[in-house]
Order: sequence, then structure tokens, then C-alpha cells
Amino acid sequence: MKRWVLIVVGVVALVLPYVTEPIVVHTAIEILIMALFAMSFNLLFDGAGLLTFGHGCYFGVGAYTAALLMVEMRMPMFPAMVCAMVMGGLTSLVFGYFCVRLTGVYFSILTLAFAQLMFSVFQQAYTITGGDLGILDIQPPAFLVEVNAYYYFTLLVVGVSIWLLWRIMQSPFGRTLHASRDSVVRTQFIGINVRRYRLAAFVVAGVFASLAGGLFAPFNRAVAPFLVSWVKSSDPVLMTLLGGSATFWGPVVGAAVFTTLHEVAIGYTTYWLLLMGGILLFGVLFLPGGILGFLEERLHVGAAAPRTRMTEASGASSNARAD
Amino acid sequence: MLLRTRALTKAFGSLRAVDGVDLVVEPGRLHAIIGPNGAGKSTFFNVVTGFFTADSGSVLFKDQEITRLPPHVISRRGVVRAFQRGTVFQTFTVFENVQAALLSRKGRTWNVFALASGMLRSETLRILDTLGLADQADVRAGHLSHGDLKRLEIGIALGMEPELLLLDEPTAGMSPEETAAQAALMERLVREQGLNILFTEHDMDVVFGIAKWITVLHQGRIIADGKPQDVRRDRHVQAVYLGEEL
Repeated sequence: MKRWVLIVVGVVALVLPYVTEPIVVHTAIEILIMALFAMSFNLLFDGAGLLTFGHGCYFGVGAYTAALLMVEMRMPMFPAMVCAMVMGGLTSLVFGYFCVRLTGVYFSILTLAFAQLMFSVFQQAYTITGGDLGILDIQPPAFLVEVNAYYYFTLLVVGVSIWLLWRIMQSPFGRTLHASRDSVVRTQFIGINVRRYRLAAFVVAGVFASLAGGLFAPFNRAVAPFLVSWVKSSDPVLMTLLGGSATFWGPVVGAAVFTTLHEVAIGYTTYWLLLMGGILLFGVLFLPGGILGFLEERLHVGAAAPRTRMTEASGASSNARAD
Repeated sequence: MLLRTRALTKAFGSLRAVDGVDLVVEPGRLHAIIGPNGAGKSTFFNVVTGFFTADSGSVLFKDQEITRLPPHVISRRGVVRAFQRGTVFQTFTVFENVQAALLSRKGRTWNVFALASGMLRSETLRILDTLGLADQADVRAGHLSHGDLKRLEIGIALGMEPELLLLDEPTAGMSPEETAAQAALMERLVREQGLNILFTEHDMDVVFGIAKWITVLHQGRIIADGKPQDVRRDRHVQAVYLGEEL
């Protein structure tokens, strides 16, 4: 993406609370959190060629960990968020250990299975998680109670996280993940134990997803089992595809469009899910590279030739069987 | 000896694709494995490099057992292969393809923070120079011609700084000019860089043109093993290749 686009977006993000109403800032916070969530998903999807259907699990673990520590243990928000990331990391380490043993659609199904397992735990462990009621009254510290303050805090955390994710993708580790996405077999034959790198990517993605969850709980003031459900897991998938998975900023664009549409549509019609479905269908059919992929191709905003991830992901898995 | 297999066997169901092969690769030789289709050449490569696990027998590299080790470990020991059909990193540039192997060889791949783009530039460019691919360094691998793709295959393998390079049909599908260039490249790698190359090949002109040692496989077994002139005169080999001029 061209530098001036980033600068414009950055400036708009910085002055937003001064030029709009609190409701817009509220939506912007949600966009930022979902952008981080979707980006952590895309580290696995575009980065490593792994499609997870259970990424909501780590978002939920982060949200619940922060919520439980803040409400039950009276822990301040910052250490609670760090603990959320640690719990997300540990959970993804355990689940990922099994998931990376499988490839292709079997990998995806197992991630979904683990996420459903967590969902039923969160929903049924009434004494700990409050079951269907969830956990209420999660209060951020006094200086972050006001919506603008929480916005700037979120902007800082998400901004730094996205920068870290960018560095990871540009690093030799990121390169190696990309290599395994292009051809697992070839990557093995340049001396790489692909499973270990996939597991590492799984944990990194889990940590950032749980950070997003840890940001969400005090923002939303409440958590409920739906945060761990498969519906939550579908959010980053749809956002990433809508925005453009083969571009670094695609998931951010997808999160912004998705969340904004949701906020607007829900005010007009109870059939907002139908509308969202229609828009996604349009996107998949006519913008196979996603919104940003389309823009980069047509307007040459970016340098790289757009790639459609789905075809390459399936190409990579057929490579795995070759020879 | 550099590489030695002892009674190496790999079967698929009732088909013994590699059937008790005892092969010795001496250092400094351009060593060819030939044989009709289905002779077991590719399977032999796949077993040696760890892609398939051997049913029985053993593979020794520099007197160390490498049988049944996974591919990534064998590649690090110095036995590196290139594939028959351009199996490269499609979305990478030519430069990045070779660089990826070098990053792995130099143990940089767990670095999660430094920028990869500037790393090991001169080493990567030196390999591209050797291959004559330097002018295409920034071309995406997916856009390469078939011949360049096969050279890039070798380039990725060279990035692993191998002692023994295994090439599976390095000239398959190439034009006569490309074939000659590829054969010349293989000779140069052995002569100038002290590489050891074991390769399978269908093109008999290439085999008898550059190989210093030839092993003939037929139905998973070695039927001849020796210098090119001896193999050429071998009755058994002539029978297997009946109708083909050796």
C-alpha cells in the first residue's frame, strides 16, 4: 500500500474522536479489535496457508481470562490482559500441537472441533463462567472508562500489534511460513520441520487473537459464550476474504467494512444477516481478491500483483501430495 | 565412499519398486541412474531423501546412517534433492526462492523480527550467477519458463550447500539447447564447486555425454553398474533397452 494512504488513514484515526460522535468512536474501537483479530487469523491463512475455523476460541479465551481475573480476582486490567495473552498462547499451544499434525480440510475441521469443545466448557461451567449469562460488569480502570480514552488505548495496542505482525511476516520466520504455504514438500527439502513452524505460527496467531479478546472484554463490559462460538470464528474468515487475504492490510479493510455494515444494517432491519450474506456473496463472486486486492489491481495502489488465496491454498495442498 | 545403500527395499503392495538395491556413490563423480520407466529410479530417490520410508535395508551417508530420517534432517546433513517438475515457491521471486534455502541453511529461520529482504544477498546472487539467473532475480517464479524453472530447482538445492545433490530428471521437458546448457551446468558444478551429483535421466545423450559412472535399474534391481563404456556393452542392459541405441 502506498505510504500516503497509510498516513491519511493514520491521521483520520488520530483525530476521529474530535470530529465525530461517541457512537462512531465506539464502532471504531470495535473495528480496531476485530482488525487485530482478523489479522491474527490471516497470519495463519495467508501466512502459512492454514485455514482455521476455530480462531474464535482464542479470542474467547482471551476475553474470558481478562473478564474472570478482573471481576473475580479484582486484578487490574493491564496484568489481566497479559494473562489473557498467556492463556491464549497456552491454549493454542495445546490445541495446535494436535491440529498441525493434520493438513488441508482435516486441519480446519480439527480447529473447529477444539473450538466447539471450548464453547461447551464455557457455556456449561456455570460456577466459573456464569454459563449462558456470562460475566458482567467488567470495568476498565477509571482513566479508560471514557470512550475516547479507551479508543486511544485500543489504537495504541492494535497499532503496535499490527506493526509486530508486519515485522513477523517480513522476517525469515515469516518467509519460511510463506514457503511452506507455497509448497510443503519443497520446504521440507530445504531442511525445515514444517510442523514446528506451523505450531509456532498457530501460537503467535492465538496470542494476538486472545489480546483482541482481552481488549474486547473491558470494552464490552461483559462476556458471553457466543464469543467462543463458531459464529465468532467465522468473523475473521469472512472479514479477511472480504478485505483481501493476499494483502497485508486486507483484514483491516474487511474488519472495517464488515463492522460498519453490521452497525448500519442492524439499525434498519432485523434481516441484517441476510444483507451481510448478500454482500459477502457479491464479494466472493466479483472481487475474488477481496476489496483491497481489487483496488490494488485496478488502481495500482500497491506494487504486488494480487493473488487469490483460495486457489493457491488448494494448490499448496495438492503440491503436498505431489511426487 | 560418499553414499551407500545396503539391500534397500521399498514396496507398494505387491510391487517391489526398489528391491534390495546396493548402490555406492563415490565422491567426485557425476553418477547417473538410468532405467526404463517404472524401473524404480524416482522411488529410490524418494527413499534415499526420506520422502518415503524404507521397508528394509539402510542408507549411509559418509558412514552415518540416514535411513528413515525425515526429509528436513537429511537435507541438513548434506543430501539435497531437486524435483522433476519445477516444485518451487510460486509466489516468491527467483531471488527469494534461493534465499529461502540459504536462510534455512544458515539457521536464520527462527528469527521473527529482522527483515528478511536484505539478508544473505551476496550469497544468493552468487548462486543465481552460477545458474545464469541473475538477470531474472526479481521475476516471480510463477512466471518463469520451464527451463528456467528447472534451473531454479537446482538453485534452491544449491542454497542448502549440499555435498551430494540428487537431481531427478534434470533435463526432462527441455529444448535441445536448454538440455545442453543444463548438462554443461551439471559438469561445471562438479568440476568447479566440488559437488557430487547423482541424477536420473532419460536422455541417453546426456547420460553418456557427462556421466562418469552409470547404474542401471530394472524392475527395482541393479542390473549393471560401472563406467559408461562398460555399461554400454553390457548384454543385459542392451536387452532391457532393446531397440534403443546405447
